[in-house]
Amino acid sequence: MHTNTLNGRSFDVDGEGFFTVRDQWSEELAHDLAALIGVELDEEHLAPLLFMRKDAGDEGNTPTLRRMQTVGGFEVRDLYRLYPGKPAKKMAWLAGLPKPVGCV
Amino acid sequence: MTTTTIPEGFVMPDFGDRPAATAQPGTAVDGASAPAYSGPRKMAFICSKGNLDMAYPALIMGNAALGEGVEVHIFFTFWGLDIVNRKNNNNLKFTMLGNTAMHMPELARLGRGWEYKSMPQGMGGLPGMTSIGTKMMKKQLEEEDIPEIPEFLDMIHAAGVHMWVCKLSYDMMKIIAADLHPGVEGVISASDFIEIAEGAQIVFV
Repeated sequence: MHTNTLNGRSFDVDGEGFFTVRDQWSEELAHDLAALIGVELDEEHLAPLLFMRKDAGDEGNTPTLRRMQTVGGFEVRDLYRLYPGKPAKKMAWLAGLPKPVGCV
Repeated sequence: MTTTTIPEGFVMPDFGDRPAATAQPGTAVDGASAPAYSGPRKMAFICSKGNLDMAYPALIMGNAALGEGVEVHIFFTFWGLDIVNRKNNNNLKFTMLGNTAMHMPELARLGRGWEYKSMPQGMGGLPGMTSIGTKMMKKQLEEEDIPEIPEFLDMIHAAGVHMWVCKLSYDMMKIIAADLHPGVEGVISASDFIEIAEGAQIVFV
């Protein structure tokens, strides 16, 4: 367990750096985190994060890309375009959620 | 003051964007004739089976690899060709014949240990058993929100997979190009695939 501090905002993370407390997230913090990985958090980038936070709040799990497509209505192609490389992990991190564990 | 550099002591996930290994292309290890591959991580899956339960492993692992930013190639050969053949890829089947791990979680209600008892192989040969088994497996997959094969292909295609079809199998099975999933990039020879798979970790299914 570790506590990160960025621009005066603190949040608890696991060994890998994923959030452990959902409520320590704020949109301002997400903007600052996004800057660390070279993402500018415009509305298009923010929409999937907000869906993830809501879904995780309802279901208790970080949604997978598949769920973001079937339940959230996001296109897989768009998510890869917005967050190239490791989309599910990047989005989970920026949304202040634990690492996604689903296989599909 | 806001910052865009990572503060000291800050723990964050590895998104794979950090500088790649510094191996120089073209530098051979002593005694080796060919230079070591030093590009980004690649995985190549070879799908050689057309049973429903044998179609999923490569698709699931390939999808996971794509989500990790890995370059993924899938080569469909022999019966595996059915996975990308739109004429029958929604109709792949599961048979319990030859599968000694065929036991049913539902049987637990009959008594302790029943869920681990293998079904007698002879049962698999009875008419209708393959269709019942297929239905059951599809139901279990659906419960886990695993898409059917055609939709799964669409999903990994959107995620940027590279799909290839084996020329020999394609000719043997008299397939026509129009029946292949649109994500298939080419009908290629085995040696073409070996070239494409340079530096890849190869998984044979």
